[in-house]
Amino acid sequence: MVKRVIVVVYLGLLVLWPVGLVVANSFADGADALVAALSDPVVVNALWLTVQVAVVSVVINTVFGIGVSLLLVRHRFPGRWLLSVLIDLPLSVSPVVVGLAIVLVYGGVDGWFGPTLEAGGLQVVFAAPGMVMATVFVALPLVIREVVPVLREIGDEQEQAARTLGATGWQVFARITLPAIRWAVVYGVVLSLARSLGEFGAVKIVSGNLINRTQTATLVVEQKYQDFEQTTAYATAFLLAFAAVLCLVVVSVIRPKEGS
Amino acid sequence: MSIQVRAVRKRFGAFTALDDVSVDVPTGGLTALLGPSGGGKSTLLRVIAGLETPDGGEVLIDGLPATHLPVRERDVGFVFQHYAAFKHLTVYRNVAFGLEIRRRPAGEIRDRVGELLRLVRLEQFADRLPAQLSGGQRQRMALARALAVEPRVLLLDEPFGALDAQVRKELREWLRRLHDEVRVTTVFVTHDQEEALEVADEIVVVNQGRVEQTGPPDELYDRPATEFVMRFLGPTTRLGDALVRPHDIDVRLDGVGVPGRVDRLSRVGFEVRAHVDCDGQQVMVTLDRTRAAALDLAPGRAVSLVATSIGDPARPGTTRPISAGTGASGAAEFHP
Amino acid sequence: MSVAVRLGRGPALGLGLATLWFSLLVLIPLTAVLVETAAGGWGAFWRAVADEQTFAAIRLTVVHSLLVTLVNVLIGTLIAWVLVRDDFPGKRVLDVVIDVPFALPTIVAGLVLLALYGPRSPIGVDVANTRTAVFLALLFVTLPFVVRTVQPVLAELDREAEEAAATLGASRLATFRRIVLPALAPAIAAGAAMSFARGISEYGSLVLLSGNLPMRTEVASVRILSHIENGDLAAASAVAAVLLVVALAAITALDLIQRRVARRG
Repeated sequence: MVKRVIVVVYLGLLVLWPVGLVVANSFADGADALVAALSDPVVVNALWLTVQVAVVSVVINTVFGIGVSLLLVRHRFPGRWLLSVLIDLPLSVSPVVVGLAIVLVYGGVDGWFGPTLEAGGLQVVFAAPGMVMATVFVALPLVIREVVPVLREIGDEQEQAARTLGATGWQVFARITLPAIRWAVVYGVVLSLARSLGEFGAVKIVSGNLINRTQTATLVVEQKYQDFEQTTAYATAFLLAFAAVLCLVVVSVIRPKEGS
Repeated sequence: MSIQVRAVRKRFGAFTALDDVSVDVPTGGLTALLGPSGGGKSTLLRVIAGLETPDGGEVLIDGLPATHLPVRERDVGFVFQHYAAFKHLTVYRNVAFGLEIRRRPAGEIRDRVGELLRLVRLEQFADRLPAQLSGGQRQRMALARALAVEPRVLLLDEPFGALDAQVRKELREWLRRLHDEVRVTTVFVTHDQEEALEVADEIVVVNQGRVEQTGPPDELYDRPATEFVMRFLGPTTRLGDALVRPHDIDVRLDGVGVPGRVDRLSRVGFEVRAHVDCDGQQVMVTLDRTRAAALDLAPGRAVSLVATSIGDPARPGTTRPISAGTGASGAAEFHP
Repeated sequence: MSVAVRLGRGPALGLGLATLWFSLLVLIPLTAVLVETAAGGWGAFWRAVADEQTFAAIRLTVVHSLLVTLVNVLIGTLIAWVLVRDDFPGKRVLDVVIDVPFALPTIVAGLVLLALYGPRSPIGVDVANTRTAVFLALLFVTLPFVVRTVQPVLAELDREAEEAAATLGASRLATFRRIVLPALAPAIAAGAAMSFARGISEYGSLVLLSGNLPMRTEVASVRILSHIENGDLAAASAVAAVLLVVALAAITALDLIQRRVARRG
């Protein structure tokens, strides 16, 4: 009983109350603030850019994630252990370090590859490709962390059975493996989406934060707050928080209960 | 140390696990709680151990009230079906656990644990972790752990339920011998009638939260108080209105008894099973090979059947349960 | 494992592509940070890190991350315990609440905390621009780690082992200390490592909340950013290298813990 009270009070003070206040602040002047924020072209552009970057990043991470998971669980090759350890690295690296690392390699002026790429017409830093890279980087392990345990759990007997029945590698994947891991993939995708929509530090460095061009929603929140346009900041924050919580609710609803 | 359970009741939500159960376990005996799964026998064992609190009734250990005594003060040794091994501790430390909790001197712990590991034949595994043992070895370790604290009573919940058939057989013979050596009052739960008949001094048949019958194995087998007990303790078949054991039927060629015709014969080792059609009723009879050969049994042969069992075969509705527990529960039906 | 000791053509191509992408995206850029640091030599590295303001930032980051991790070990285990062993209306809501800090954009997390603990606080608690704010922000963003690593282990824990301890005479405290805690310890340690790694790398939630006051509330990530904005990539790399090494140490520790658990079975 005492434990329960401690936990409820702690979570209430740390998470529930503050989040509730942001929701309340966004609607302090009715829905007007929300409408006003959404009619600010800077905000709208930023939101649209955020969605585009997030969707592209999630697609890349899903394909890469499923592929790497299959390699790690179903195959043996030299360096497998190293790959499995390094794959978690992005979760522990500061977004600011991520941004710095990308600038050092792909920066247009004195990056390792940047000048060459720009000569070939591909600008990475201060442009969309860099922002996608930064976002992919920070959310990289999320799909893999969900899929790998499930792949281990289901084993490969069904896949071998399908192969003895004449299925090709691709058919085995599409008909047997993918259906078995679909919930793990969905869960990983939703987590990646939440993380991608909210990325801030790495994108801030890589994007150059150019208003209406490379400024994402999270960057707008910072700028508007510092420019004393707090109503707009809170309204945009509310939208992002709403998207994040929506992701969570979707996950907890669609995730099948254990054992079913 | 004797155990008395008096009119114990226990419900889990809408499910009645124990309905007015009374059981006496004599000092030094080896008693089996036998019954189908979900019948309440494990709950009864857990009530005795103090792992469940009964809704009503009482438990006496050694004549003293123990109903509200916390588990750790009851001095019971408990062995779980799935071993409940302390995974992070070695076999030695598992067995020593109860003694360490009691803060016994190190020397005493060392001697006692060594003695017990020898008793359960695990001396050379003392430094292994439970994960490195087989199922049978883990269960022997669990037994040694329970015995280490010299409990007043030893309680085993389906102790061999998770093991292979072969290991099961070995361990139950070994439990019987161990009990003859250690002589601690022991109660074990099982759903396997063969296990109960082979190992126990006394069997308590528990079904649907009630005691059906209590008695020594022979008595239960030969004089079952209810149709349920009869069916549960071994194979049965119906001959006319009577429920009889297939080996308690005499097959005759002289026309005395119920006439029938052999339908099908199957041989299982030394035993021959004959399915006899008695005017539409399928009766199963088992007899040994010599007898079957003497009768020259073959499908289509006309025979007659006579029940030969000792005592009267149980007739549903004519026998009354003999234990106090079920006697009282008859009255309970008026107060649902 | 009988499968594919040698890779087939498809998987080999896949491995090649995955490795190339992973190298271009993660390995080469992170190596660049270390190379950039090394290029300046030991002296330059030392000047950058031992700089009074930078050193204060690193110290603040590490000390507060350790403190926050300690709190998480205690309260995170407690939360996991309540979520697994207790039952009350609204428990499912709490279970979702745990993930909110993970899903919430970090900049929004900062704004959220400002709403209750900032200048416009309805309860009159204003910790903005103080070290308490740093502590609070780290507490918020690291909330899920210990809870989410301990929770499944606790749910899978053999309840009978605890009952066995009780029948052997152990009190509830002794059972927790001798049976439950050792079983949870690897999960707690793994959660702590993740919590610490997240703590030292945190940036977004602090931007609006801590005020980034040099020598007082400025953390390592903010220090790196200001070096970048001043065009001093070498100094930025030096501080980043320190964070990277700590992050590497954390994931190595994590891996060792997981291996130890796998051995115990």
